[in-house]
Amino acid sequence: MKTFSKWGCLSVIALLVCLSVFPSVAAAKILMMATTTSTDNTGLLDALAPAFTKATGIELQWTAVGTGKALKLGQNCDVDILMVHAPAAEQAYVAAGYGIDRREVMYNDFVIIGPPADPAGVKGQSVSAALKTIAAKSAVFVSRGDNSGTNKKEISLWKASGDAVPDKQSWYVQTGQGMLASINIAAQKNGYTMTDRGTFIKYAHTHGGNPPLVVVVEGDTILKNQYSVMQVNPARCVKVQNDLAKRFCDWICDAPAQQLIADFRLMGKQLFTPNAK
Amino acid sequence: MPPIECPVGCPVGQKGTVEFLLQGVIQAFRLLFSGDPETFSAVAATVKASSFSMAASLILGVPLGFALGHLRFPGRRQLRLAVDTMLALPTVFIGLMVYAFISRQGPFGEMGLLFTLPGIAIGQTLLALPIVIALSATAVEGMDAGLRTTLISLGAGRHRLLVSSLWEVRHGILAAALTAYGRVMTEVGISMMVGGNIKWHTRTITTAIALETGKGMFATGIALGLVLLLIAFAVTLPASFLRRK
Repeated sequence: MKTFSKWGCLSVIALLVCLSVFPSVAAAKILMMATTTSTDNTGLLDALAPAFTKATGIELQWTAVGTGKALKLGQNCDVDILMVHAPAAEQAYVAAGYGIDRREVMYNDFVIIGPPADPAGVKGQSVSAALKTIAAKSAVFVSRGDNSGTNKKEISLWKASGDAVPDKQSWYVQTGQGMLASINIAAQKNGYTMTDRGTFIKYAHTHGGNPPLVVVVEGDTILKNQYSVMQVNPARCVKVQNDLAKRFCDWICDAPAQQLIADFRLMGKQLFTPNAK
Repeated sequence: MPPIECPVGCPVGQKGTVEFLLQGVIQAFRLLFSGDPETFSAVAATVKASSFSMAASLILGVPLGFALGHLRFPGRRQLRLAVDTMLALPTVFIGLMVYAFISRQGPFGEMGLLFTLPGIAIGQTLLALPIVIALSATAVEGMDAGLRTTLISLGAGRHRLLVSSLWEVRHGILAAALTAYGRVMTEVGISMMVGGNIKWHTRTITTAIALETGKGMFATGIALGLVLLLIAFAVTLPASFLRRK
């Protein structure tokens, strides 16, 4: 019966593991946010969340997805608040009754990055001219291709350039992945891509200030990247914690949190500029 | 995960592969032995969700698999075919299905399971169940047919017959459990879709690997993969003792 006792032992261990698996969770106030990858990947939310908890006693949890999926999660009432960056889509979202009280929080800008050698020769050009050149020379251009805020912006830039939005061209690579993943793919393919400046600074920081891709086009007013918060409409979604969501909106638009955003730096560079009204 | 210092650049293209892998191994030990809280949070999430789903899938799956392999009833072959087909369920698909049911708009939305470990565990149970059923059934089918005759001839009753048969297939069931455990531990789709990869809460080792890889932190990704292997080793080691006769 020696083997039998071994199995008995295992059952007891298994039972103990099962019993200890889900201890009752302390009923703290938890605010659930869906946000874009850039606010998470840069580490901004890691810097803001403890300050928010300290000020309000509310724990902030977030799931970092593309803006398209974040909006969908809000539409399905699965989160309380959204922090995204696709102004046109957000306005349509509010108009459709999915979100309320859209407030601008901060901005940075988009930049087009590429290899330091600049094989397509677009350095210093305007956005439209640079995109036209890239298309004309069939230089590799990496797109998020995931309906994220950045992807929506990129598509609007192609439209503004007067060229058709590329899709099946062999030089146009649609990754369907996050911003940093897409930058890495662009670096591997020695191509160009468009990113928000915050993520690019994070990328440069990771590479010790010597990134394989550098900024080639910047400064155009069309490249502004506005981030906003919206509360999921409590009239549609009875279960959302609108009181907590509203407190977050009030908190992040107020001077102390705005200062925290301005003070958030990597390699001495500011990633986001607060602009709440 | 903590930032990795890459003074001369981390990506594969700039460093030799060996050096790159070595960096991962070194960091795996650093994460484990420096008691990195984010890593341990991910380890805890992985262990909790997988323990629950394994317990649930074994409790439900072993009797069902035993019945499927032992009993003879009309439609058994078709049922067997259905279970075998379910072995190919993609994890992202399971994740989407579970999401549809536990989203606040879904039929079980009231239970608040989305973005929780129990939510992940439900999806993983659906992933593991067909494996446990199919492999248990196979073990029972492969049981020495002579055993049954011998036992009956020795005057064994139905109860005794059942217990002896179960005892005989214990190694097959252990193999089923380990196979299912392997899939549950390593899946990403369910954890990502249902859990949301929320830091300190539903970030498992596999979603952390996906995140770190997406961020270009390849060495951290490799380190976390090695941590996952270490956990797998800790689980299979006792199982290998059970297998000794």
